[in-house]
Amino acid sequence: MSSIPTDQWYVAAYGREIGQELFSRTICGESILFWRTGAGEVTAMSDRCVHRRFPLSEAPSRLVDDQVVCGYHGFTYGADGRCVAVPGQTRVPRTARLKSYPTVERDSFVWVWIGDPAKADPAAVPRAPWLASPDYTTVSGMEPLKARFELLVDNLLDLSHETYLHGGYIGTPEVAATPTTTEVDDEAGIVYVSRHMDDAECPPFYAKSTGLTGRIMRWQDIEYSPPCLYKLHSRIAPVGVLPRPDGSDPDAFHVEVVYAITPETEHSTHDFWAVARDFALDDQGVSDFLAEQNRTVVLQDVAALDVLERVIASEPPGYQELSINIDTGGLAARRMLAKLVEPSAAPARTA
Amino acid sequence: MNVEPTRMLTGPGVLRVVWLPGSDLLRGTCHCGAAYLAEGPVEVWDWLLGHPVGHDAAAVDGAAELSAARR
Ligand code: FES
Ligand SMILES: [Fe+2]
Ligand SMILES: [Zn+2]
Repeated sequence: MSSIPTDQWYVAAYGREIGQELFSRTICGESILFWRTGAGEVTAMSDRCVHRRFPLSEAPSRLVDDQVVCGYHGFTYGADGRCVAVPGQTRVPRTARLKSYPTVERDSFVWVWIGDPAKADPAAVPRAPWLASPDYTTVSGMEPLKARFELLVDNLLDLSHETYLHGGYIGTPEVAATPTTTEVDDEAGIVYVSRHMDDAECPPFYAKSTGLTGRIMRWQDIEYSPPCLYKLHSRIAPVGVLPRPDGSDPDAFHVEVVYAITPETEHSTHDFWAVARDFALDDQGVSDFLAEQNRTVVLQDVAALDVLERVIASEPPGYQELSINIDTGGLAARRMLAKLVEPSAAPARTA
Repeated sequence: MNVEPTRMLTGPGVLRVVWLPGSDLLRGTCHCGAAYLAEGPVEVWDWLLGHPVGHDAAAVDGAAELSAARR
């Protein structure tokens, strides 16, 4: 059985990736064709011609005035996926229609609904407002991961791995050494993991971008909305500098690290990452540095998880793991994902 | 100062697990108010998700005694 939840919104692309040309990406095992209409709307439909399955994203298929013409025999489809012309005959079969997908463009992402289109509620798309806010500057990218998406969820929910896998970049001894608090709200669909380091070494990622020297307060607050959207609210300040009683926090640096975890197939994942900051907004040097550093860090995870996928795929199911305190949030996320796949399942053991 | 992070989620059904600073213990608190001290995450989630089994007042006392015993 698939472990990928359906009837869910997934990030398919950044808005900037989709223009007035054909763009294809596989999301949850479905090959989807995207393009932007003349009116600027993103449209999404199956990337397989209903005639003989030729990929509509593949040359010589082409886009002509908001219609896609199949490169094999010329079946022509409108932006809603309906076939409007076939070669040699005037009658277009009534069933000639590409499966179309609800989409929402929000917070710089293009979201696509995988599942029953009747259940798609645009209001249910989880938000990451910093990514498109004028008060933040964002760098972002996407790395292909040859591992199942659950491995990336495990990875991101337990940041103690920063100390080991990302030492010298974002990892310092305090990350692994500091206890966490985990909260779960099933109804809201959120797993929250909080790690507040009140006296920690400042890793290069933050030292070079903020200019802080010496020890820092480093708060990591993870908010994961299964299955796709992961947000790390990162607060960096000199030791002892706290938010003000009114809730404002002008003396700290805030970095919102956002991941969209989108299954490509059962065994591969689109690893979207974005880093939004509320300081040095116009400093291109800081943007370049954070983009390069974060990409490096993501690629360290990708390398590790690619290896892990190969190992796990080669083992029979039901292998033994051992969970300790650092896994409290990861186990909560796994359980929530399992419920999304199989809502009727009894509260699963979380081991 | 190592202040326990404040409550972040405010819904009526929130389950909470605090890794008690300076210990290896996890304190689970159910939305019903019952609390339990566990030695690992599998144990704490099993107890929390078992609500209401063992979440009555006696269990709270039991957890407190367990807590005292382990300190
Ligand atoms: S496969 Fe597309 S028109 Fe024949
Ligand atoms: Fe990582
Ligand atoms: Zn309870």
